[in-house]
Parts: sequence; structure tokens; C-alpha cells
Amino acid sequence: MKVLVFLEHHEGELVKGSLGVLSKAASLGADVAGVAAGSGVRDLAGGAGEFGAGRVYVADDPRLEAPLPQPRVDVLAPLVRDGGFDAVLFGQSVLAADVAAGLAARLEAGLNWDLVDVRVDDGKLVGTRPALADSVMVEVGWRSQPALALFRTGSFEPAAPGGGEAEVEDLSVELEDFSTQAAMVEQAHEERSGPSIEDADVIVAGGRGLGAPEQFGVLEELAKALGGAVAATRAVVDAGWYPYAAQVGQTGRTVSPKLYIACGISGAIQHKVGMQGSGTVVAINKDPNAPIFEFSDLGVVGDLHEIVPKLTELVRSRKS
Amino acid sequence: MKISVCVKQVPEAAAHKRIDPQTKRLDRSGEGALNSFDVNAVEEALRIKERVAETEVVLVSMGPERALEGLRKGLAMGADRAILVSDDEAGGSDLVATSRVLARALEREEPELVLFGQQSGDGEGAVLWAAVADRLRRPLVSQAAEIALEDSRVVVKRQTEFGYDRIEAPLPCVVAVSDAINEPRYPSLKGIMGAKKKPQDVLSLGDVGVEAGDAGEAGSPTEVLALSDPPPRGDSVRIEDDGSAAQRILDFLAERKLL
Repeated sequence: MKVLVFLEHHEGELVKGSLGVLSKAASLGADVAGVAAGSGVRDLAGGAGEFGAGRVYVADDPRLEAPLPQPRVDVLAPLVRDGGFDAVLFGQSVLAADVAAGLAARLEAGLNWDLVDVRVDDGKLVGTRPALADSVMVEVGWRSQPALALFRTGSFEPAAPGGGEAEVEDLSVELEDFSTQAAMVEQAHEERSGPSIEDADVIVAGGRGLGAPEQFGVLEELAKALGGAVAATRAVVDAGWYPYAAQVGQTGRTVSPKLYIACGISGAIQHKVGMQGSGTVVAINKDPNAPIFEFSDLGVVGDLHEIVPKLTELVRSRKS
Repeated sequence: MKISVCVKQVPEAAAHKRIDPQTKRLDRSGEGALNSFDVNAVEEALRIKERVAETEVVLVSMGPERALEGLRKGLAMGADRAILVSDDEAGGSDLVATSRVLARALEREEPELVLFGQQSGDGEGAVLWAAVADRLRRPLVSQAAEIALEDSRVVVKRQTEFGYDRIEAPLPCVVAVSDAINEPRYPSLKGIMGAKKKPQDVLSLGDVGVEAGDAGEAGSPTEVLALSDPPPRGDSVRIEDDGSAAQRILDFLAERKLL
């Protein structure tokens, strides 16, 4: 089985999600190749060998510098069509999802998304997808060759079996007119200040239920007492209450602390996918019907403005 | 200008959702509603209509005929008309088949701007726009947190894993909006009364030029093989605060050695 993995990169490094998918592909016993598209990406491509890629196809072109999906579809389509790949695998991201779906239309190839696992059954790929808010597990298959698969963030950990440098092969880049019309005017740059929430063992997170931006101070006190970090939902980040670097969710960070305390967070899917790998989840919300309670270990229906400061005091006196 | 908003009727949010073990499709027999994420896209189209003279907002959908109920909510909010591709042969369409049908329906309309919502509330899919944009051969921007219209182009603030980008694309183009882009209006009583009288065209696959074998299960290169129960999550405890919640959280954390 020939498998191609889409290698996404950011600030000169291959992203963890792509490497996880690459490692999974290698564990299937497949003949695994990667493809990286960008400007100045040749140097990072070879490193994919360590995670199981025997060969990495590189499309290195200034027109591919911005992380936009449509030129990448143009790069992948001929490679997949002519390369005889049985499957093309993607790790979830804003970019990868758009590339995968564009490629599906271009090649009339089946795309299954939000997969958490994949296996080979009788020579055919079978994917696993939790559906309907994770209330049912669905086994999905493909009738097309290639089979396209998009995996949920954090499904696979990168494992380096130590394959050495991958063989790098350059691709010629021919882009469609419509693919280059969307242009990046200003690209996001991460603002890192203080410890990353991805490394924290304890996270205290706040959403709209806080009521006002200054209420984050209450969460910061609790986080400090617990030795943890503060995170936020997309709704409050978009509203300008808290910096983007602290956003947990589909388009924010994916975190898996030992303890996640959700305060005034309803639990939209956008948020859930970023924190569902947490060890223990405690939720405080005044709405007893908030979806967050469906995936909490301890759900507290009550006013966070009363409960959180009291909890902070209790934690402090216990620790002193 | 003409704006087409791609929308979908999904089972009502509070309804218990299930997949029919026979057909392996979502059971759509219960109460339906306009997909809440699509409501943000409709709202954004209406805000553009308020700013740009002579703008027409057309809802485009695919689904069983009763999906017109959901479309009427969009019409009640202020959209001008609706198109529903409804055909027995279209049931069970996956991404590839659905994007094929929608692209054909959109080609008939030739809108300057095609809008999508962030995801479907039932299939939890968040990829359709990219497939449709590729078929239409139009530029695409997804995850829009803001859309500004300048002359004949859009400037979109996009949120990704790394922060906010600003992306420009000329019209005609396809934009998928996030659910944080706006607070959708509620339909007024007058809007609700007027919605039924607005044009609502129900089209067959033949009407939009798609052969039966290219839609529905026959035209879908993915399949559902089996269903099973998810692995159980550990016991969940629910309490109501009676003044002792903070102490009970502390005890819970201590018991789990999380302090």
C-alpha cells in the first residue's frame, strides 16, 4: 500500500500533527511518502524520514509561501494522480482541511474526516470516526482510489523509529489561475509570552460566562494557587477579552493537562476538540443544560464568581 | 450584487440524534431546524445587503422537501429567495457528491459571493466549502472572523491555529464564516409572515444537470461500514452549589491527587 502524508510546517518546523499522522502511516506497514509545499521548505523535508517517510516530495516555490490551501491542491493533485497512491492522509488544521476537501473534489476521491484511528482490513483502509458529539463510533470506508483521510488533532503521537534522512524529490509547480487569486495581506505571528498553555499540568479556562474581561483576574488567582495557566474560549478571544495565545479549541491550542477547570464555558464543539484529551475535567457553569457537563468528571452548577475565589482561598490555605 | 448562502436543515439541537442502523444514515424524521452555524452566514449576507445597494441574498440547499421549513427561517431573517435541490436519488450524498450538486446549483445562480457557515451541526463536517470552491474554480477563504467588502474584492480576517491572518480575494469568491463573526438577528413577526410568500424553488437533480448516478450513495466514494458504542467515560459527578461547592471541588481534587 502506497500512502502519502501531507506535511504541514510552521516557522521552519514540521508540525506535530503531521508527524503523528506520518508515524501512524508507518505503523500500518505501508510504503510511506510525505509531501511538503512552501517556500524554502527543502531543508526541513528530509527530517520527515525519522518519522517513517522513505521519500519526501518537495514543492518549493515563492508562490507557496503563504499557508493558503488552493495552490497546495494544485501541487498535490498531479502527484497523487500520477504517483499511484492508495491513500493521502492529513492531520486536522485550518489549512489541511481545506486542502483535503479541495483535493477530494479535484480527484473525485472520497474524504472521511474527523477520524481518530485507521487500520488496514483485508488490504483496505478502515477509518474510525466518533459521530453525533462522540455518542456513536462509526467505521468508515472508501470506494475510491485514492482514499483521503483527515485525522482529528492529537489522534497520534509522533514516534521516531529512526529511519534516517528521507530521500527528497523536487516537484515542478504549476498553479491554476483561480488558485493564486486569494492573497495573504498580513500573516499571523504567534505572540508567545510566559509559559505555553500546552505545557501546563493545570489549566483554568474561562468563557463568556465570566461576564466581563476583568473577571479573568479571578481565574488567574486560582491558576496561580494551583501552579497552572489560564486559557480562554474563542468567543472571548474574538471579543478581545483575552489574548489569542491562550485560546483553546479547534483554531486555538490543543491541550491535555492533568486537570482542566472550565469556568463559564458552555462547551461548544469548537472548544471541546481542543481540551478533550485532558485528564480530569471540572466544570463550573450556572446553566445546568450546558454541554460542557456531558464531558466533565465533576460538574458544578453554580455561580463561578462565588465559587472560584473561595476555591482559591481553600487551595492556598491547604498548600501553606 | 448577488450573494448565495449555502445552508442545511439539521435535526433540532435539543432532539436526541441517532443513526438508523439499517440505512446507516442520520435519522431525519424528527424536528428539523436551520443549522445554527449557517445562521451566522445568513446574518453576514444580510449585513452586506444592508450596506450594498441592490444586493440579493439567495439561500441554496440540498435535502428532503421538508428542508424548506429550515430555509423559511433564513427567508424570515431577510433572505430574498431560496433554492432547494431535492431528489430521492440525492439522499446519502457524501462530500464529493454534495459538493457536485451544490456547485451545479450555484453555477446556475452565478453569485459574486458564496457564503458557508463554519460546520454542519449534524455531520460535524467543516470542509464542504473547499470542495465547492474547487469545482467552481473560485478563490476561497475559510474561518472568517470578519469580512470587509472593498470595490470588487473581499478582505477577510481569518483565524487559524497561529492567530489572525488578513486575506484578500477578488469577487467572485467563496468565504466560510466562523460562528464568532456576528450575533444573528431573530426574525421579526413581519419577516416570518412574509417568508412563505418569498420564492422557494424546489429543483431535481436533472434540473441542475446532475445525473442520478453522480449523487446520493451511488455518487459517493465514501461509505459507512459499521456502528458501535463509544468507549465509556468514567463516572461523572454533578452537584449544585449550596455554598459548599468550593470545598467539594477541593475534596474531589485531593481525592484524585491533583493538588
